[in-house]
Amino acid sequence: MSPLDETTDAVVATGVGKVFPAGNVTALEGVDLVVRSGEFVSLIGPSGCGKSTLLRLIADLDAPTSGTLTVFGKSAEKARIDQDYGIAFQQAGLLPWRTVSANIELPLELHGVGKAARKQRSAELLSLVGLTDFADRFPDQLSGGMQQRIAIARALAEQPSLLLMDEPFGALDEMTRERMQTELSNICAETGAAVVFVTHSIPEAVFLSDRVVVMSPRPGRIETVLSMDLGSASERAESLREDTAFFEMVTAVREALHQGAPARGVDDR
Amino acid sequence: MTALDAPPALRRRRSPRVALTRIGIGALGILAIAAIWELYKAFGPADGVVIGDSRILPRTSDLAMPHIVDMVSRLFEPVTRADGSPPLWLEVSGAAAVTLGIAAVGWVVGLIVGVALALVMVRSRLAESSLLPWIVLSQTVPLIAFAPVVRSWGSKIEIGAFEWQDWMSVAVIASYLAFFPVAIGALRGLQSPDAIHTELMRSYAAGWWATLVKLRFPASVPYLLPALRLAAANAVVGAIVAEVSTGLRGGIGRMIVQYAGQASGDPAKSWGPIFGAIVLGLVAAGSVALIGGTLGNYRRAEVNS
Repeated sequence: MSPLDETTDAVVATGVGKVFPAGNVTALEGVDLVVRSGEFVSLIGPSGCGKSTLLRLIADLDAPTSGTLTVFGKSAEKARIDQDYGIAFQQAGLLPWRTVSANIELPLELHGVGKAARKQRSAELLSLVGLTDFADRFPDQLSGGMQQRIAIARALAEQPSLLLMDEPFGALDEMTRERMQTELSNICAETGAAVVFVTHSIPEAVFLSDRVVVMSPRPGRIETVLSMDLGSASERAESLREDTAFFEMVTAVREALHQGAPARGVDDR
Repeated sequence: MTALDAPPALRRRRSPRVALTRIGIGALGILAIAAIWELYKAFGPADGVVIGDSRILPRTSDLAMPHIVDMVSRLFEPVTRADGSPPLWLEVSGAAAVTLGIAAVGWVVGLIVGVALALVMVRSRLAESSLLPWIVLSQTVPLIAFAPVVRSWGSKIEIGAFEWQDWMSVAVIASYLAFFPVAIGALRGLQSPDAIHTELMRSYAAGWWATLVKLRFPASVPYLLPALRLAAANAVVGAIVAEVSTGLRGGIGRMIVQYAGQASGDPAKSWGPIFGAIVLGLVAAGSVALIGGTLGNYRRAEVNS
């Protein structure tokens, strides 16, 4: 990792739009967004609001059709090639023929990190996600929640300054989901990485984020951005979920969502 | 760890009891066929079953259907009445080994060609849409028709000290049958990774080769193994048929034809090389299954095809 200037913004989007040529669908229009270094930003909105598309543009898995997008002051492509971000999807996407530790080591292996250094890093990450005992297991021997934790550990392997997460807890049950949120919150406090987090769960967005970006569909654009003021990630604990301030923020996000298009497809979970 | 996080039941492994049951069922199948053979021979009409002009079930004479006991015991008798003649099973085994060697060469060539074609097709959509129809079409050409052509082309090849041997024509024909399942299986396997995996590799800025080695090849193993088994069986069939149609001596294909010609005098003898051919196919497919056994971890997402 190149040492990054603390003051450089993680993501700067200016007038970003995306039109898919198939059917001429406008997925995003005129998106302006700044994600500061170390900041946790959630993108929330109903299905079709382009939140995943925006994440994919930042990850350089798709290219914007208008506007400019920079990641740590470089083009998204350069940032991808420089491995400035780690990514996790809704599915864990572990390679079934690799052990848990070999899965975590995959990005390191691809970038020529030596064997000893890889082993050490995967051991660190496994203890961070609390799965040290499972290093030599295979993904099909793990529960969904455990697989997702491995995927997050893999995303952290190269100590990225930006973490991109596309509904990473979307396929988990409610109990596991809440525990994973607390864990992610701790991990973020520990690593200091900026996070762009796509979700359609309002409490999840509120619990995790410094700011919540509320989006609306057809065409996908930013409706409003809400600051959460619920303390830094390290101060957030399970008790926050029952705090009045938390409920106020949940209500604020819900109202913002309902002001836009009818907020169908948004969970109040 | 809480109960919620407990891993799901570990993958079911085949217990020795299950393995024994499978062997038992297999043996039972063979016994059933032997029983049907003998029952039909004992109780079937002497002239077989004829509908219209075609005989749909054979005559039950010793000439058409020798007793199983005779066919098996014939294997342990000398090939001819001449002094020092080896037992039939040894002669058959020798011929089968020759054919197996040729089929193995054909299988390896088919593997290389099949995987190479699959790689080209994975690399470019254009190549896929232009090559795939020809690959499918190639298998509709009757083997008997082009075996002599391969042989006559081969006989014209002479590069320095290298001279085309007749067995090479047979191996080429065997590979012609073997490459097809490999090409199709490898193509499906190499294309099998989900979008999430290919996008992950893209996010790691991994190039085409790195993606091939770390993702596409390992992902193709569950598709490739059944294809390789099929290719082994095809290579054996191809080698036997090609031996017959090119007239290559020493292999089991030629032996089947030769002994069939002597069947009027010694009906049980002609079944020797036929059993040999069956064992040959089983050995070939079984060897590939052994290769598969060493790749267990790549088969965790096994597909049935």
